[in-house]
Amino acid sequence: MAKYNGPTRFPDLPVKGPTGNELIQVERAKASFDVKSLSKFIYGERYLQKLDKIVPILESEPAFDKSRRYFQGRDEKIRDAWKKDRRFLELAKEHNWDPEDEKIVHGLYDQPSPYRLHYIMFIPTLEGQSNDEQRKLFLEPAKRDEIIGCYAQTELGHGSNIRGLETTATYIPETNEFEIHSPYLSSAKWWIGALGRTANYAIIMARLIIHGVEYGPHTFCAQIRSLEDHTPLPGLIIGDIGPKMGYNTVDNGFMMFDHFRIPHISMLAKYAQVKPGSGEYVKPVNSKLSYGGMVHVRASIVSETGRALARSSTVAVRYAAVRRQFYDATTPRKWGDETIETSVIDYTMVQYRLLPVIANAYALMFTGKEMLRLYHLNIEAMKQGNFGILADLHATSSGLKSLTSFMAVEGIEECRRSCGGHGYSMFSGLGHFYNDYLPTMTVEGDNNMIYQQTSRYLLKTYRDVVAGTAQPSEHNLTLTYLAQYMQNPKAKCPAATATEFLNPEVILTAFGFRAAAGIAKVAEQIDNQGRSWNDALVDLHRISRAHCQYFIVRTFFVALQHATDEGLGMAERKVLQTVASLFALHLMEKDLSDFVLCNYLSPEQLDMIKQQVQELLKIIRPDAVALVDAFAIPDYMLNSALGRYDGNAYVALTKMAEQEPLNQTQVVDAYETSIKPMREYALKIRKDLSKL
Amino acid sequence: MVTSFNNNVPTKFPKLQPKAPNGPDLLQIERSKASFDVDALSKFTYGEEFLKRKDKILKILEAEPAFEKTQRFFQGRHERLMHAYEKDKRTIELSEELGWTDEDRYIVNLLYDQPSPYSLHYTMFLPTLKNQCNDEQIKLFYERALRHEIIGCYAQTELGHGSNIQGLETTATYIPETNEFEIHSPHLTSSKWWIGTLGKTANYAVVMARLMIHGKDYGPHPFCVQIRSLEDHRPLPGITVGDIGPKFGYNTIDNGFMMFNHYRVPHIAFLAKFTQVKPGTGEYVKPVNARLSYGTMVLTRAGIVNGSGLVLARGATVAIRYSAIRRQFVDLDEPRKWRNEIIETPVIDYTQQQYRLLSIVANAYAVIYASQELRDQYEVNQEQMQKGNFSFLADLHASSSGLKSLTTTMALEGLEDCRRACGGHGFSLFSGLGFAYQDYLPFVTFEGDNYVLTQQTTRYLLKTFRSLIAGKTNTEQKNLTTTYLSQYLQNPNTTCPAISGAEFLNPELILTAFGYRAAYGVAQLVEELDQNGRSWNSVLVDVARVCKAHCQLVLVQSFFVRIQQASEKDLGPEERKVLQSLAYLFALHTMEKDVAEFLVSGYLSAAQSKLLKRQVLDLVALIRPNAVSLVDAFSFPDYFLASALGRYDGNVYEAMTEYVEKEPLNQKVVVDGYEKYIKPFVHRGLQRKNDSKL
Repeated sequence: MAKYNGPTRFPDLPVKGPTGNELIQVERAKASFDVKSLSKFIYGERYLQKLDKIVPILESEPAFDKSRRYFQGRDEKIRDAWKKDRRFLELAKEHNWDPEDEKIVHGLYDQPSPYRLHYIMFIPTLEGQSNDEQRKLFLEPAKRDEIIGCYAQTELGHGSNIRGLETTATYIPETNEFEIHSPYLSSAKWWIGALGRTANYAIIMARLIIHGVEYGPHTFCAQIRSLEDHTPLPGLIIGDIGPKMGYNTVDNGFMMFDHFRIPHISMLAKYAQVKPGSGEYVKPVNSKLSYGGMVHVRASIVSETGRALARSSTVAVRYAAVRRQFYDATTPRKWGDETIETSVIDYTMVQYRLLPVIANAYALMFTGKEMLRLYHLNIEAMKQGNFGILADLHATSSGLKSLTSFMAVEGIEECRRSCGGHGYSMFSGLGHFYNDYLPTMTVEGDNNMIYQQTSRYLLKTYRDVVAGTAQPSEHNLTLTYLAQYMQNPKAKCPAATATEFLNPEVILTAFGFRAAAGIAKVAEQIDNQGRSWNDALVDLHRISRAHCQYFIVRTFFVALQHATDEGLGMAERKVLQTVASLFALHLMEKDLSDFVLCNYLSPEQLDMIKQQVQELLKIIRPDAVALVDAFAIPDYMLNSALGRYDGNAYVALTKMAEQEPLNQTQVVDAYETSIKPMREYALKIRKDLSKL
Repeated sequence: MVTSFNNNVPTKFPKLQPKAPNGPDLLQIERSKASFDVDALSKFTYGEEFLKRKDKILKILEAEPAFEKTQRFFQGRHERLMHAYEKDKRTIELSEELGWTDEDRYIVNLLYDQPSPYSLHYTMFLPTLKNQCNDEQIKLFYERALRHEIIGCYAQTELGHGSNIQGLETTATYIPETNEFEIHSPHLTSSKWWIGTLGKTANYAVVMARLMIHGKDYGPHPFCVQIRSLEDHRPLPGITVGDIGPKFGYNTIDNGFMMFNHYRVPHIAFLAKFTQVKPGTGEYVKPVNARLSYGTMVLTRAGIVNGSGLVLARGATVAIRYSAIRRQFVDLDEPRKWRNEIIETPVIDYTQQQYRLLSIVANAYAVIYASQELRDQYEVNQEQMQKGNFSFLADLHASSSGLKSLTTTMALEGLEDCRRACGGHGFSLFSGLGFAYQDYLPFVTFEGDNYVLTQQTTRYLLKTFRSLIAGKTNTEQKNLTTTYLSQYLQNPNTTCPAISGAEFLNPELILTAFGYRAAYGVAQLVEELDQNGRSWNSVLVDVARVCKAHCQLVLVQSFFVRIQQASEKDLGPEERKVLQSLAYLFALHTMEKDVAEFLVSGYLSAAQSKLLKRQVLDLVALIRPNAVSLVDAFSFPDYFLASALGRYDGNVYEAMTEYVEKEPLNQKVVVDGYEKYIKPFVHRGLQRKNDSKL
């Protein structure tokens, strides 16, 4: 009889009690508020209903199955992604999904895919920049998925600075065409999502050249692959840029042009135009309008950071309640009459690591909402010719994108590490997520560059305030805190006890003063002491950060003030107030030196803040699990053994390990080729030696 | 798929140059700015002998197909693992052929830079057997393991238990009737888990299990047991064993799980060098004093600290070289010129980038030298212990725990910061930093979770402080800790005397500041615990802070000491000068990052911390011209870096495109999924067009 060489299965044993489920129930019983009410306050009832409807659909769809994800190599992953993209189109039609539903679907599926770029970059660009003829020619087939596009801007040698792009588009009057060309190796389009293997059309950013005159980067839409057989068109070299740390389900690609001719209609002409034949260049009108779109994209990124932190803290906090380590000698944990090891969430160090992440998640969710609100307010205002909100909003959005996506990356990783060894397993659900999330720090403006937009605006506003030329506006917070600072630049924080730091007024004034003092100092150095911009970059980064922190802290407090009693019950309001205080004071604690260097806080007050943070952690601790439950993230989305709602982390880990391909046979392939020969080699040497 | 064209045509790039100036030109300019001799600094850092061996081994590995390093970027887990087996096999053959020493094998692993299935056999199984076997067991287990006749792993961690080994659930019950032990996993959570080399490779294991004799529990003890057949590699009856699945990194190791179902092993399996169970009666003979083994832990940790330094050095090498080549924006205040033309400014010229990366270079040197200092002190301590003097041991052991915790965290953060400092291309695996980060991550949890370790160090500091106040310390047995604590106790209200930025460039002043800040933290904590009745758990955040403060002092002091004690022959004036600037940058930047603690302690004033900030930026500007040379002195070959961005010659973009040409997806013109997933929609559109023409 052939020996068993089938899959390995775990024996049917229980975990050592108490079980994860029992422990997490204890946590839930401690909640001081109603989880459902809080979820409703954050998301609105409509969203939650949609979620409940969509989750079961995805769970039963094989194309949306997530169980193989952690085991697949890149090739399989990308093929699964296409399969899912195709099924998505069918399901969307079948269930009549609206854009909000579709967003929920992508959020739940939680993995980038090639077609996404078609929807989030190609179609919006066509919407924004096509004239009527181009809409018919490009946009409509794109919307029917008959052509699939990507957005080709970044180059091998150029990322953030689009002025430095090398690809050229030269107008050829004789044939009324443009000739797209890559003069150098570094001109290759690079990092372009969906370009590598999927797209047959592309938006191409290239420097427009007419009669030898350069007009800078402009937008072209061109076919790049055959619609018959998908081969690249002559004159193009296209491929995939290879494996990345994450995002491997998307075929980020490269493309080089060898004097590639495209028709005149390819230049997207809603704003700038090139007259056929003469090649006369018609300038675009005021481009301020397009800034509004950037604000919208950034607001979505900020909302996304909130969800990223919500998801990571859900996993980490639930597992911290289930995972036990060491007997705490001073306050031993009891289970019935028995002393058990203490859940790690009961250790203050773990609370100090995780509860601020929860606070950050709430803060950033409110911030994302606020940005969207301002975005819509601004659209209305701009229609009436009022550009007053735009400058402040646009400037703040750059710094916020930079700061919050950085907070998210740090938070995800902190959560993963707080799960101890098992956090390193892909089954934690946080490893993949971290890898896929990382690019957020570089896309839509590199975090290390775009804060400068905010700093530049802050300095300009400061100069306006000093010169008395600033136009006050209720929506311009920068002016408000700068003016307050100028009235008394020697002000001191009035708090005399730790509890006074629970006063939103005290906190906000401190954040405003610190931001203003930083701005004033850098302005002084640049304007009066001849410090160069480059020399001041480290400080410029600090003021952008200070300004954005002020914005977030304020947004959180204001959101609670504005909530009606109907929308936010007493108990829920109370817990959120505590979370807001923790958010603000923990932020302050991390950047204490800023507050001291501007002479606003004294060393004694620093100590009070540290104490108050510890107090707040203690108050929030019993609500920890309930606070993450309120994020209402289903298990299907988390795809995590450690973060399951039912708390059965260890059982889930063994079930997932049973799926590992290496465990489908008893003896590994390499045994015959490597392990066995090594042993034989060793035995042979020994025999040879013994013969001597 | 029916095609009218040849689909098997790999995509190639055209023969074009990157836009000038190219990488080699830019690096050449950087290298010409160096104020010191790169080779001399490398020699000081590593010793000549090491560099020679490294060069020799490098040539061998570069020529060996089994040691090829490009394929790993494209392979899935299974392929990578199979490749790793191949490499392990070849290592054993080469080792026999060329007579490699332990140090040679260390260099091989360093250069190859990827964990492999056999790793734990060497790093855990063999050392454990060596330390814990009696003479009979040495013959039976250790010697066969040395000859690779058996392959082992070290099975301690369980599904439900990591750092706390007292909580392990696996039992080993002595059966007097048959003179055997019965190893058993009572719960699902008792499953051994995370055990490297266990999943698919090992046929033996050292198993940690609670020893039970006649119903009494003696706590965890080590057993050496066979787990797979030596004939056909199948798991032995009573054992369920497998791989724990994919991880964030380390996927070339088969970390495994194992459960025992009343699995019997002979009496000899119990490793009996220290503790014994008498055959038949089951009488338990207690171990002798285990103090001596603390010494070895110091050595292991010195190795980990050294590894942290190399990780930082590697990150900095890639990020700094690439920053010298990557250009972004024209700096309007000081435009950069190339042959009379204004070009975009290399990102290394932006102060923000300098601040970010040069502080990492400083950290790398600091940590490498600290590991050397730790190793030297280990030697001193070994000598002292043989003379019966145990006074250094506790201090050394405490510092080494804290340093492991602090420096691995620094390394991880620094490495990731370097990757991010490479912008978008840092996200490509071809940066060479993605795998490095993922494979390095476990260092913050293994050999003691970093947060748990801080408690060990701080406990020792508190104990020392209490015995100083009580006057119970033997003042002749001075060590670092008693020195700075006594200094603080003599004058707890002293303040920093510096009135200008330049005064901070004084090792004495810096060390006093770090010493004061550490001592203040210890004193505060003792007061909280002893006077204010706070529980240990409630002060854990401060416990971690105090440990960090102590270890930062150790790092700063080690850096200064290494420079001061170097002879003029070993360290020339120019190399000494640049190291001194780096040491200052390290110390002051470290201070700046935690300046709030120095302020809260009352030692530093707000005005002084402003001076400090300015001084850090001045040091960055001073070191800037040496940036590329300082990373060149780390002496990492391109083979090790395996990075398109960090190459010595600076041909970054050519390297990127060469790697990309190897991507499997680029070996065909049209991708495999086209027919099924892309074509249907596109052809529906074509159909529509044709229909409308009719």
